[in-house]
Amino acid sequence: MKDHASLAEQFIKDEARTDWHDETLWFVRQKRDKAAYGLPEWEQLRTWASEIKDHTLSALDNYLVEFETNAIANGIKVHWAVDAAAHNKIVYDIMKAQGVKKLVKSKSMLTEECHLNEYLQQQGIEVVDTDLGERIVQFRKEPPSHIVLPAIHLKKQEVSDTFHEHLQTEKGNNDPQYLTHAARLHLREKFIESSVAITGVNFAVAETGGFVVCTNEGNADMGAHAAKVHIACMGFEKIIPKAAHLSVFLRLLARSATGQPITTYSSHFNKPRHGQELHVVIVDNGRSRQLGREDFRNSLKCIRCAACFNTCPVYRRSGGYSYHTAVAGPIGAILNPNLDVQAYSDLPFASTLCGSCTNVCPVKIDIHQQLWKWRQVVTEEAKVPISKKMGMRFMAWILDCNVNYKAAGKIGRWVMRNLPFLVKNKLNPWYKQREMPDAPKESFKEWYIKNKKA
Amino acid sequence: MSGRAAILNTIKNNKPAATALPFIDVSAAIQYIDLLQQYKTVLESIGGSWQELNNEIELEAAIQSITGTSTAVVNTMLSLPKDLAGVDAVALEPTAIAIMKGLVAVAENAAIWVTEEQMVNRLLPFICQQLVLVINEHDIVPTMHHAYKKINVAATGFGVFIAGPSKTADIEQSLVIGAHGPIGLKVIIVKNKYV
Amino acid sequence: MKVGLFIPCYIDQFYPQVGIATLQLLEKLGCVVEFPLLQTCCGQPMANSGFAKLSKGCDTNFVNNFSNYEYIVAPSGSCVLHVKEHLQSEDNPELAKHIRASVYELTEFLTDVLKITTLDASFPYKVGMHNSCHGQRGLHLSSMSETVAPAFSKPGQLLQMVKGLQLSYPQRVDECCGFGGTFCVFEEAVSVKMGKDRIKEHTANEVDYITGGDISCLMHLEGILKRQGSNTKTIHLAEILNSKL
Repeated sequence: MKDHASLAEQFIKDEARTDWHDETLWFVRQKRDKAAYGLPEWEQLRTWASEIKDHTLSALDNYLVEFETNAIANGIKVHWAVDAAAHNKIVYDIMKAQGVKKLVKSKSMLTEECHLNEYLQQQGIEVVDTDLGERIVQFRKEPPSHIVLPAIHLKKQEVSDTFHEHLQTEKGNNDPQYLTHAARLHLREKFIESSVAITGVNFAVAETGGFVVCTNEGNADMGAHAAKVHIACMGFEKIIPKAAHLSVFLRLLARSATGQPITTYSSHFNKPRHGQELHVVIVDNGRSRQLGREDFRNSLKCIRCAACFNTCPVYRRSGGYSYHTAVAGPIGAILNPNLDVQAYSDLPFASTLCGSCTNVCPVKIDIHQQLWKWRQVVTEEAKVPISKKMGMRFMAWILDCNVNYKAAGKIGRWVMRNLPFLVKNKLNPWYKQREMPDAPKESFKEWYIKNKKA
Repeated sequence: MSGRAAILNTIKNNKPAATALPFIDVSAAIQYIDLLQQYKTVLESIGGSWQELNNEIELEAAIQSITGTSTAVVNTMLSLPKDLAGVDAVALEPTAIAIMKGLVAVAENAAIWVTEEQMVNRLLPFICQQLVLVINEHDIVPTMHHAYKKINVAATGFGVFIAGPSKTADIEQSLVIGAHGPIGLKVIIVKNKYV
Repeated sequence: MKVGLFIPCYIDQFYPQVGIATLQLLEKLGCVVEFPLLQTCCGQPMANSGFAKLSKGCDTNFVNNFSNYEYIVAPSGSCVLHVKEHLQSEDNPELAKHIRASVYELTEFLTDVLKITTLDASFPYKVGMHNSCHGQRGLHLSSMSETVAPAFSKPGQLLQMVKGLQLSYPQRVDECCGFGGTFCVFEEAVSVKMGKDRIKEHTANEVDYITGGDISCLMHLEGILKRQGSNTKTIHLAEILNSKL
């Protein structure tokens, strides 16, 4: 399997497109900044959100039980899934009991994480993603490249070609308004004819046994209110204690994600409507293990706003697919190693540790610190190329004491001056697109001994 | 062991030491000098429109002029169509305009709280082409903190904050108004309290 | 004031002039500067690559060299941050703690400890400021574009004191240059692209020099500038603050 560095290199080969991708996401980051600066209490809000989530994690079992009790009292059927397979089976069993072969689904990163679509399709069930961006990538048989903006990697011409093929829109008509309207007509049919709707969950409230789903397009509501059966899938970290806490999170979520003051719809589902079935599937899938890792547990505070994606200078220049997983970006780089440390051992290194992700995070996850800590775990737990290990040991041996260090420095600089071809070659990744620094005859230390030492 | 017990057990063993909930001091939140003006400005910026009316009489006239424009109007504030609650998506889809009362409006983001009671049918405010929400000016609050103090989210089976018409920017970040829900949202703000 | 001068390894080996400028500047400002001769490296190259366990030798050596100073000063935000966050000593945890609290990046030492308000320096050029991430977001040498707080810049404050200097900032005022330690070779493509993008914004301001508090970032930018055949040069802040041109 390819790693982030080589997938990123592929992405960057088209430099004009990389610039476009970078600028598009930077634009989103700027909208976020404007929204944040519009609230003098922004940093206070982040602190509150962080503290609410910290507290919730510290009493998570109690809050989940409280949520379950209240949800059942509200007429909601609550299911528990230890892993992705259990989650997928629960959804399939509900479908089977209904005897239905198709469903509409609004955006849920959890179902992406569990690969629900592939699973259901193997069981002969048609899944229609209804978020516009998700529908676009679904037509193209691609995964989302961004958790909030699933089709951000595509240009409108590409969307137009895809819609021409699948929705018979005019060839060459790239107008977003026209294309969106075509999708609206197409998906309205799907909403109306579908008897099962899946949605994600942004927040589940222990106190009420209800949950909140946020969209701009209205697709979660169109699906859920039209269908006879509504299945809401949530990672267990979506729980918050009280409805009043929603105020803190709803003020932060959209501002962090897109710079909007709030999403168009913040829908509070408490009870099934008359004659409707409402299911909530609570999923673990590695989360309880992450909860036990002291260094990494607060990654479970994430509210999936993707602000860390948009600000990340690496993500913007390498694209979502370079992370080869459902949740990309900086947050993905600290969540995925928990799921499979070997498969995602490259991700903690897909960062310069610049720290911008940590600064934009609305719930104050110390993302860049966790990237650093995951690097330490990865080199212990995953297979690291022996050359890298040896190289590091050699470097440590040189740097540990002044004698080796002085000798190596002197030799190194002499080589660079006298045998430059040994470093100025294509085996040296530094030299590929950068000149080497000039190697001075004298190190600072040598100068100091000569000139200053009393 | 059931999935439920396994999950709860692992959480119990792995959770961190208890920490306290913060006190949410609403006085730390932004303050607006003119709530109404702030509300209208934000509403416009997110693609909504507004109309200010003085009283119930003007409201009735305004609603009448809206209902006169189309045959497919559902107005949950006055005479309820028979069995609206039980009507399905196929029957509701042709709805051109839906009119309903909003309970609380939020100045910081132009969102309006509407519950199942006002919409009667949960699908109505989403499936209609144009949505008209009627609010009292004195129901405008500064921020979401104030809004949640005023509402009881669990009072009905479903409630929603609606901020503007449905929208998307999923194609090259170009904002398009009218994704799956209404293409337009109009807020009628009535100055004097009415029932 | 007695100061232990910490000169990071790559400055020592490749940019001795930065060490010399730092030393001269501190002496000019009245400090008694000592350079412990057996110092090598803070251990960051191993630690940031996931081999913190291999940096124990560097830690021990660092503690041995620097435990006797009230102030330790280095012309590198990145190395200072590494010492502050990760220096450990199994034998002498108290000494390590003392060092972590006593180590200063050069500009913060000038603005916060020496509290200088004037500087006898001149540098009549257009200079673009590169905010290095570890100094900025790690040591808070300046405000950060992501957080809602009053704007300030310790390096900017010092550069204002330099006669003739015209200071400019790139459009994205604090985006990372892409150096990132071993990132610059393991993620070569992204690293270079990030560097090129920073350079583009600085050259749009028609700067003669790009400056900053970390020579690692500048070495990366310099490598790209030279390959591009650009006239724009890089220079460490210490060199500017020590200049009389």
